[in-house]
Amino acid sequence: MPETRTAATGTRTAAVRGSAPSRPAAATKRQPSPARRLIVVAVLVAVAATCFLSLFVKGSFEFAIERRLILLGAITVAAFAQGVGTVVFQTVTHNRILTPSLMGFDAVYTLMQTLMVFVFGGSVLATTDGLPKLLTQTLLMVAFTTLLFRWLFSGPTGSLHVLLLAGVVLGIAFQSLSVFLQRLLSPADYDVLSTRLFGRLSTVEATHLPLAFAVCAVCAVVLWRRRHRLDVLLLGRDTARGLGLDHRRELTTALIVVAVLVSFSTALVGPMTFFGFTAALLAYQFAGTHQHAFVLPMAFLLGLLTLLTGQFVMEHVLYASGMLTVVIEFLGGAVFLTHLLRRGSL
Amino acid sequence: MRRLALPAAVLVTLALVAASLMTGGYDIDVNTLLHDPEARRMFLVSRVPRTLALVLAAAAMAVSGVIMQMLVQNRFVEPTTTGTSEWAALGVLLLTLLAPGAPILVKMACAAVFAFAGTLLFLTLLNRIALRSQVIVPIVGIMLGAVVGAVTLYIASATDLMQTLSAWRSGGFSSVVRGHYEPLWVVGVIVVVLYVAADRFTIAGLGRSVATSLGLHYKRVLFLGLAMVALATGVTSIVVGFLPFLGLVVPNLVSAVRGDDVRSNLPWTVLAAIVLLIVCDLVGRTVVAPLEIPASVVLGAVGAVLFLTMTLRRRALKGAVHA
Amino acid sequence: MIEFHDLVKSYGDHTVLGPVSGRIERGGVTSLIGPNGAGKSTLLTLLGRLTDPTSGTVTLDGVDVHKAPSAEVARKLAILRQENHFTARVTVRELVAFGRFPHSRGRLTSEDLGHVDRALDFLDLTALSGRYLDQLSGGQRQRAYVAMVLAQDTDYVLLDEPLNNLDIKHGVRMMERLRAAADDLGKTVVLIVHDINIAAGYSDRVMALRDGKVEAHGTPEELMEPETLSGIFDTPVRVHVVDGRPLAVHHR
Repeated sequence: MPETRTAATGTRTAAVRGSAPSRPAAATKRQPSPARRLIVVAVLVAVAATCFLSLFVKGSFEFAIERRLILLGAITVAAFAQGVGTVVFQTVTHNRILTPSLMGFDAVYTLMQTLMVFVFGGSVLATTDGLPKLLTQTLLMVAFTTLLFRWLFSGPTGSLHVLLLAGVVLGIAFQSLSVFLQRLLSPADYDVLSTRLFGRLSTVEATHLPLAFAVCAVCAVVLWRRRHRLDVLLLGRDTARGLGLDHRRELTTALIVVAVLVSFSTALVGPMTFFGFTAALLAYQFAGTHQHAFVLPMAFLLGLLTLLTGQFVMEHVLYASGMLTVVIEFLGGAVFLTHLLRRGSL
Repeated sequence: MRRLALPAAVLVTLALVAASLMTGGYDIDVNTLLHDPEARRMFLVSRVPRTLALVLAAAAMAVSGVIMQMLVQNRFVEPTTTGTSEWAALGVLLLTLLAPGAPILVKMACAAVFAFAGTLLFLTLLNRIALRSQVIVPIVGIMLGAVVGAVTLYIASATDLMQTLSAWRSGGFSSVVRGHYEPLWVVGVIVVVLYVAADRFTIAGLGRSVATSLGLHYKRVLFLGLAMVALATGVTSIVVGFLPFLGLVVPNLVSAVRGDDVRSNLPWTVLAAIVLLIVCDLVGRTVVAPLEIPASVVLGAVGAVLFLTMTLRRRALKGAVHA
Repeated sequence: MIEFHDLVKSYGDHTVLGPVSGRIERGGVTSLIGPNGAGKSTLLTLLGRLTDPTSGTVTLDGVDVHKAPSAEVARKLAILRQENHFTARVTVRELVAFGRFPHSRGRLTSEDLGHVDRALDFLDLTALSGRYLDQLSGGQRQRAYVAMVLAQDTDYVLLDEPLNNLDIKHGVRMMERLRAAADDLGKTVVLIVHDINIAAGYSDRVMALRDGKVEAHGTPEELMEPETLSGIFDTPVRVHVVDGRPLAVHHR
């Protein structure tokens, strides 16, 4: 432990071990270009989406297609928000193991749901479902994180790590409150609540999807215009400032976009802590470049592919379609752990 | 004056202990204690164990925090920020599934073993990760805890044990009666061991190479430290649930006031933890009486505020922990 | 010309630099020397507007660097810090290309690519340009960082210990390159150097700091006096003339 920490005052890259230098530069050149990789993955996603929509239809074709289209829409939103949100979050926080839900989004969401059930009873969740609630919850989560940013960046030195820590600590405080309230609920109310505490892709309302797509599209435009600036952010605060980037402004903008994406996705389909992490990790592995112009679409597509394949397998092979998000979280957690143990560098 | 400080602190603590003993559902006061055998019985069965559990649990968590902070050489670690508590929860959940009727001592052992394995995993991770900032260490630990928590949640939801789990996690001291809290006495032993071995933990915290060159059996000390933390966490979490932030806030506050000598700080740390926990418990018991907010919830809120203030003040004083 | 007035940097009650005032003339190589903790890096990051001063101002050709748009400053001044941590795996060429960001905002033109190639060539990195940074030795990586800063093609170049991790051969070559950047390309180079003889041998001016104050500022000949150096470093230093140049000796 401490010896590696003191040794790590050099560059991060110094922590990468052994095998790397022997890798010949020529081998990297033979690999397919980032654009080609993106096309391959896009084709795979198209195939997966077609299979997902058209195979194993029982009963009315129209009904099945309609239901599946809605589910596909929800999956698309979740994949975009979590995958892209996590990549941007990891870029601006300068590490590759954190996920945005760490900032307390999940905890705020859980507390809101628990409070509603606690105050109004279990039936309230179903009766209030609708656009207003979706928007209110999103706004509350965005407000929470924005307040946190403002508060912590107004100090003498805006430290990102302290910001993260504050988010995490408040998350724990909210969680302990939620856990306590949950204990007071009647078992029936609790059952209603517990279905909301996991991601629930299959129960998304079709009427919410246009708005969801619009939010994603706006965020996509904002991020696309910033793709080169995000690349520069990868170099760290000082180098980015040296290259003339308004570091604080870019950081705040990026974090707010992340807050919007993750809050909206959480309000729409429920919390997904490790899914975004998985999508981002896969994207770094397969994108073949550090450039956000390729990594961001890659994270979205790979997230989509993961969810589509997962849903397909759960529905037609394992006959447990409702468990998809839980299983993905579980696997994502496992991937996270193995990743840390195999090659940990922050 | 300085010499009187510690006795004064002891007196304050004792006063709070007395207040805790005198607070509760039944009408018990000094008068009834002297004359009413039924009141005396209730006092011994319920009030005394509860207060003792508070005292012991506070000591346990504070001491666990101190040990971890020495071993990791980081001020921000304690069982909640290293995933240790989450591992204990997973252990208990698995045991509940596999052997629902297991006696309490088996449960504690199981929780302690899982806590041990989890803390070891955390230390292994720290070994492999090149860390640049003190603040990132607890974030990694909490992330690790979140992974384990997700697994626990998954299992609990698949087996309909969710509410049992959350009931147990927020614990509370209200269910502590005679015959239930006694294993907490093991904490006393841990405090003594820590007091004797404090220097070794400090040296071990400097790393394997430094420790070995100073002639210390690194692995043995590390093992001892981890075992103590795991035991304290396991036992406490079974008896009273999780106590977030106690091990974090108290040692840091004490060393902010008194400097960094672990050994001479230890009595202060233990006393301060007891005071904080008893106050949280009293608040939880009195503000919404006859209902009761578990001490862990009050502590979660108070601890979070204290911790954040501490971190931000440290930042203002010491300049930047640059992002 | 870089001018700084009453510059102070403190954390809480602890002042690490200042108040200092002074100027660095346009053109040539200026070395900052001084013992550990003298405030050299703090001064350099303040001049390069990476840190905000507690009080005081820094102007670059009359423009306040802390008030001017950062992107504008980046086209006139480049700064390299001692420690660099990158999250992503990038190749040497990609890293150097980042130096063009202030001009291209990420869309590289053929002119940008020309600057990148020249910077790579200037530091003998052409053969390594396809390698990832984590495949390089410490010295090669150090040269790649300097190449990035040179690709930025600014009038002013600030470097915090560019000789870090370099062996004798590469250290000397780096100093010759920086000298050439000043002489042939007309750049103003400011760097922190630990070795006083290297500083004296390659600089036009030397600025010595001690305890957060500017202790001396002048030509190498002016500073290379036993009393001056002994005072700055708090250690007896003798100065001999070898091959017509002053050489400081501070050990047996």
